[in-house]
Amino acid sequence: MKNIVAIVKMVPDLVEELEINEDGTDLDRDWLRLIINEFDNHAIEQAILLKEREGGEVTVIAPEAEGVEDMLFTTAAKGADRMIKLEGDFEDGVNNHALARAFAEKTKSYQPDLILTGVQANDDLDGSIGPLVAEYLGMPYVGYISGVTIEGEKALVKKEYPGGLIGEMEVTLPAVLGIQAGEEPPRYVAISKVRQMMKTSEIDEQEVPELDSSGGIAANRMYLPEAAERAEMIEGDEGEIAAKLVEIFKEVGAL
Amino acid sequence: MNQDVYVVIEHLQGTVADISYIMLTAARDLAQKTSGQVVGVLLGYNAENLASTLAADSVLYADHAALKEFSADAYQKTVASLIQEKEPRVLLFGNTSIGADVASVLSARLSLPLIGSCVQISDGKLISQICGGKIMAESELAETTTLITIIPGGYKAEEGQSENSPEVISFDAPALDDLRIMLKSYIEPEAGDVDISKEDFLISIGRGIQTEDNIELADELAEMLGGTVCASRPIVDQGWLPTSRMVGKSGQTVKPKLYLALGISGAPEHVEGMAGSEMIVAINMDPNAPIFDIATYGVEFDFFDLIDPLLEQVEEAAEG
Repeated sequence: MKNIVAIVKMVPDLVEELEINEDGTDLDRDWLRLIINEFDNHAIEQAILLKEREGGEVTVIAPEAEGVEDMLFTTAAKGADRMIKLEGDFEDGVNNHALARAFAEKTKSYQPDLILTGVQANDDLDGSIGPLVAEYLGMPYVGYISGVTIEGEKALVKKEYPGGLIGEMEVTLPAVLGIQAGEEPPRYVAISKVRQMMKTSEIDEQEVPELDSSGGIAANRMYLPEAAERAEMIEGDEGEIAAKLVEIFKEVGAL
Repeated sequence: MNQDVYVVIEHLQGTVADISYIMLTAARDLAQKTSGQVVGVLLGYNAENLASTLAADSVLYADHAALKEFSADAYQKTVASLIQEKEPRVLLFGNTSIGADVASVLSARLSLPLIGSCVQISDGKLISQICGGKIMAESELAETTTLITIIPGGYKAEEGQSENSPEVISFDAPALDDLRIMLKSYIEPEAGDVDISKEDFLISIGRGIQTEDNIELADELAEMLGGTVCASRPIVDQGWLPTSRMVGKSGQTVKPKLYLALGISGAPEHVEGMAGSEMIVAINMDPNAPIFDIATYGVEFDFFDLIDPLLEQVEEAAEG
């Protein structure tokens, strides 16, 4: 294995309250707190595990966004060899078709044997990044992956199906894999190590001249869900809530 | 271009997946708007009989040895040639391990627009659910053949089933040589110590449980209630509980008498596996957690402040 590229993006942190912009057509991006897409984080872990096992270099590519530098230095602290930040018209949000074209174009020059990315992201509205990048590069794509073994010119991957069933698939390299879960949980790195990386390593900034978003749909309207039926909320202090829960547990026969 | 709504049928190991029936139900809504037919697209090998339960006006069936098991490569080629020949108005795919490997690739290959994560079709408008179920996005069919991926939640699978076997029309798969993706074998799920799909009382934990040590609290509660602890994906990915305890998209589908969700936000991938529970009680600090939209009872409270009094009272009740 020579070159592994992980393509990642920042997404809304769902722990925070999300708001819609004034037009009602998109998230209000002014106040959005961003974090790395959790599946991309698994893809980075899988890339580094493969490097540790098989050798090679790991390149991480991400479009510019609030917090992206910290995220990239964190991947360097985990063991990535090269960090690339794509610069362009990203700040108002771009669809996955545009992002995938930019990723594909920039990834080419690294002649990757394997491209790893998260199987999906919480803000995907026009399909996921992985299969789009694969097709723009003419590579095969397999998603929902939770295990990767390299066997010469092929990868043997574990593809998840419903009910815990796994399909073991053989994929010809170079290929793009959509990672559902790395073989190990994403590793923890100490802040001090990340700070050290900030001093000793550099992020390669690369301009993306034009974004082509064709093929992705823009929503006419975005809104917060209005539930038809909402749970009956149990109010009160700890004791009162506990008492009501005990009643419910009795009602269903658990007590 | 015709006005028909095509549904790419998903099946595994000889069984049609529920998402296929859900898509057929959604397709019926959409076909009324386009004034077209609902057409199932079935790919397989000696699998024509799978068409018999589909609530479609007709089923297009491609029979080929290379379509015996799912290979994204073979599916992409076959569906691409079908689209070019028939030019349907819409194609529906599951936003699943099968459909998601095909739909986006075809969008790029054939330059066709793609709308993802659609949960409901309302008067011809496509309603997608993003950001873990916290945001809805409404869009419309494009002028050209439009590809859509469907997530469960908006339609019942039963409505997409029918006893009147639809007409099956064979079509030829294109050349399927040199496939770059091949199934080697299936690995059946390891039997866990318990089968959570058969349990009556499930205490389910999510990210809100924060640390592995806190699982003890859920264990304690489960023991008193004669229940079993299960979890959403992040807990299993952390290695805190085995895969056999995972509820949701790649995990188990459960229908217990009581599903007590502790610190679970209720993203669509999780809800898919537990929405059929007889009673759902959700405890979560986030008032906007989508889990409250499907729960019977909700408690907006810090689980860690609640757990001690709850354990005490449950213990008293169990003894009394």
